[in-house]
Amino acid sequence: MSERVAVRKTYKLFIGGKFPRSESGRSYLVQSSNVSLASRKDARDAVVAARAAVKGWAGATAYNRGQILYRAAEMLEGRREQFVALGIPGDEVDAAVDRWVWYAGWADKLAQVYGGANPVAGPYFNISAPEPTGVVAVVAPERPALLGLVSVIAPAIVSGNTVVVAASPSEPLAAVTLAEVLATSDLPGGVVNILTGAITETAPTLAAHMDVNAIDLTGVTDAALATDLEVKAAENLKRVLRPAPADHDWTGDPGLAPMTALLETKTVWHPKGV
Amino acid sequence: MTATTTSARSDLSELGRSETALRTFLHGLPGVDQVGAEQRAAQLSTRSIKTTAKAQAIDLAIRMVDLTTLEGADTPGKVRALAAKALRPDPADPSCPHVGAVCVYPAMVPYVAEVLRGSAVHLASVATAFPSGQAPLEIKLADTRAAVAAGADEIDMVINRGAFLAGRYKEVYDEIVATKEASGDAHLKVILETGELATYDNVRRASWLAMLAGGDFIKTSTGKVPVAATMPVTLVMLEAVRDFREATGRQVGVKPAGGIKTTKDAIKYLVMVNETVGPDWLDPDWFRFGASSLLNDLLMQRTKLTTGTYSGPDYFTLD
Amino acid sequence: MFEYAPAPESRSVVDLKPSYGLFIDGKFVDPADGGSFKSINPASEEVLAEIAEAGSEDVERAVRAARKAYDKVWGPMSGRDRAKYLYRIARLIQERSRELAVLESLDNGKPIRESRDVDLPLVAAHFFYYAGWADKLEHAGFGPRPQPIGVAAQVIPWNFPLLMLAWKIAPALAAGNTVVLKPAETTPLTALLFAEICQQAELPAGVVNILTGAGDTGRALVEHAGVDKVAFTGSTDVGRAIARSVAGTRKKLTLELGGKAANIVFDDAPIDQAVEGIVNGIFFNQGHVCCAGSRLLVQENVADRVLESLKRRMAQLRVGDPLDKNTDVGAINSAAQLERIRELSDAGSAEGAERWSPPCDLPDRGFWFAPTIFTGVTQAHRIAREEIFGPVLSVLTFRTPAEAVEKANNTPYGLSAGIWTDKGSRILWMADRLRAGVVWANTFNKFDPTSPFGGFKESGYGREGGRHGLEGYLNV
Repeated sequence: MSERVAVRKTYKLFIGGKFPRSESGRSYLVQSSNVSLASRKDARDAVVAARAAVKGWAGATAYNRGQILYRAAEMLEGRREQFVALGIPGDEVDAAVDRWVWYAGWADKLAQVYGGANPVAGPYFNISAPEPTGVVAVVAPERPALLGLVSVIAPAIVSGNTVVVAASPSEPLAAVTLAEVLATSDLPGGVVNILTGAITETAPTLAAHMDVNAIDLTGVTDAALATDLEVKAAENLKRVLRPAPADHDWTGDPGLAPMTALLETKTVWHPKGV
Repeated sequence: MTATTTSARSDLSELGRSETALRTFLHGLPGVDQVGAEQRAAQLSTRSIKTTAKAQAIDLAIRMVDLTTLEGADTPGKVRALAAKALRPDPADPSCPHVGAVCVYPAMVPYVAEVLRGSAVHLASVATAFPSGQAPLEIKLADTRAAVAAGADEIDMVINRGAFLAGRYKEVYDEIVATKEASGDAHLKVILETGELATYDNVRRASWLAMLAGGDFIKTSTGKVPVAATMPVTLVMLEAVRDFREATGRQVGVKPAGGIKTTKDAIKYLVMVNETVGPDWLDPDWFRFGASSLLNDLLMQRTKLTTGTYSGPDYFTLD
Repeated sequence: MFEYAPAPESRSVVDLKPSYGLFIDGKFVDPADGGSFKSINPASEEVLAEIAEAGSEDVERAVRAARKAYDKVWGPMSGRDRAKYLYRIARLIQERSRELAVLESLDNGKPIRESRDVDLPLVAAHFFYYAGWADKLEHAGFGPRPQPIGVAAQVIPWNFPLLMLAWKIAPALAAGNTVVLKPAETTPLTALLFAEICQQAELPAGVVNILTGAGDTGRALVEHAGVDKVAFTGSTDVGRAIARSVAGTRKKLTLELGGKAANIVFDDAPIDQAVEGIVNGIFFNQGHVCCAGSRLLVQENVADRVLESLKRRMAQLRVGDPLDKNTDVGAINSAAQLERIRELSDAGSAEGAERWSPPCDLPDRGFWFAPTIFTGVTQAHRIAREEIFGPVLSVLTFRTPAEAVEKANNTPYGLSAGIWTDKGSRILWMADRLRAGVVWANTFNKFDPTSPFGGFKESGYGREGGRHGLEGYLNV
């Protein structure tokens, strides 16, 4: 009796809710698998998908977004062993699940904590409320491959932004597997788009793209590249989150900054009178 | 509208004489709160219509269908087949009622008239440079007269949305009056194209404008723009015909058209008619569905009620 | 002409037991003195189940169980883990929502359309919302390390049995308290099914305890010395008595009491939607709503027109079997409540107001009251001052915005108010002047877990819902 021959998985990109191969037809060998090597055109396609998803996602009720993020936690918990098999420590998977849960709860609370009534000196109703900034490009941290990834995606999308994420080049399998979690979590296609491959190829395209509203450089370790990306981002005044320090504690309380950095505050005035 | 019955009746007939009077009147109508109107429509959609009530509703809905084809590819063969289906929607069941009308382009009217002659099924024709209405008035009126001459007894005209949105209400009014005159004895349905009017306030104003100008029916849509009939739009139009009758004593019909594809949808509309304007409008003379694929779904559900098993599209004619 | 055939929701989804015990320390137990009472279906007067009546010894046991759970398990537990239990409960409620909705309609008499489309979605959403706060209390605006209070005694009314339970239990647990909750004696069943859901969620024993019983049970509970917090929703008279009883103690108290809300319609209002809002304001849940729009203040120059539209709309209301999916107005919750509605309505007629109801056939058995409006009402009439808590609307008129404000505020209550006008600045001007905890503009009876709810004046104090809803359950 011979041993069963395993069926291996193809790891592809995640764009607009679908799993395409790179349009370039390229891949690279990493973690013993051939993983898609995303091109500049893939990055552009991902931005188009992310932009198309903004209206529906930002327009969904906060309650609905919270439900979907919580669903992602449920699905991730159910695939715990799959991540462990990829070499992710069990503790990290647990922390990633808990992080989804934490952010799920923020969906309908952020505006209550970060917005409010302003007592202006005059007969006016005046209220400030946060809104998502739009399409956010994210360079995910190299590692922890799962917890780091969740920690940059969740705070961006909870408020209604959509993201294009450049995954960890050295450990991309967690990102592609997380895409499978998200694809089964009622998350509308295009809210999260994941590119695998070389940061040097995708990130400059995203940083320079005029239809991207913000860029999170958390995972950029090369200081010169980070500066270059920030300079590119200045062209249309993207909101920029600078790289995380090397000793960043991914298990600690993230605080509000990862969310608030990707918000616009809108203040509304209205007279009061008969 | 209600407390001032007789004086209001004489006042309203004068409104069309002046742009200012029309504007003042239309802009003085009560506003429509979008959220509230949509919630009311959604609430009516939760009614559960079962068994005997469902059977009754399905037959009524069949009688209200304006079986429609409005394609550039329409041919005499195509519209003759449609007319035959209008007369006998379910050839296997003689108890199945005929539809309300067949609705086609003016050029197709003669072929439909041959088939329908002597029957109780009405023959509706779109006219006035349907669907855009972007043609000189004389051409629109000639279009109307031709359709009537060829045998149409109902005319579905489009209003001049450009003029309406630009605030030239009298121009819209005058066109409807002229088309009404050109229609002669034919019933005039006035298509508001609510998908282009954008707000419920506009839908209410356009409804009143069409009724003031003499329209016999107000109809939601051409079916040629992305947003066709919706429940809340039809609700606002039903409220308008209800208030218009109270103000003037004249009853006007309502025709949602486009996008109503299932029995479930049709029944929701009938519930809304029932609970908004009452039984006076639950009749093919006063309420119609502009639809094509709806009919087969009604027939399938009708068969399901009598046989107890779900039917499939293969068992109904595709015409 | 178009008669809707009966469309009954199936009862088979509900598994009613002949009798129910008390839920103490994670288990269903018999009451110490063996007392019981019956819960009936107000639409048929059929007995649904035999319910245990908790006495003072049972209160003692329940408070002790709650204290132990607070000290040993729930208090020390991380907010992250408390959140997970609350999320579980929210999900279980979503999964079992039809069962809960049918049971609520059976026990309470409210239409299935409302228990299914309003109560249950709000209940699940409330748990979901507060689950999210459990691990974020330091962001709620009550200081860097807000602490729970301890054991909460909670007494809730019969008008929204499960929703009021959610409003009480969800924030209490999120903040780290444990609870002993007493549902109303006429509507205990969904609270007992909720106890089963706590078991299914494997919520630690003693965190939630449910004691069934009437006024004596409630009094024993709120007066128990081992209780740190009292939360009550119900009548202003009982609320006053509770406020007296906690005087001199360290117990923190929140009260959500009666109301006599003004629903104010201006002449430029979107009339069709205003009429819907008036109907929803007073006939939703048979008018058994503390924030019901029970006083219609309509501008005199549109009064005739609004009333005519209102009557036409009221004639469409379908009164009858709560389990029929097409029923709009269900049964009055109890014989006692029906008697009170009749008494006040008779007083309205006797004082000279004009009474009108649409023609409607009421069932022979059960407790029923036709939707009713009184016109020609003045501020001096009892029906303009006292809370009827039934499907009875008093109609008054006004001439100017200032007069509308004056009349709206001329009541000891201050729970809610409604404003109907197309003019935004007038809405805000009115809202500034209305002495009410919730002001709805061009809508009415809207609720959301993120939105604080509660009253001014004799409508109580404290807020439920939103960030503010945590304050009553934190040591701040």
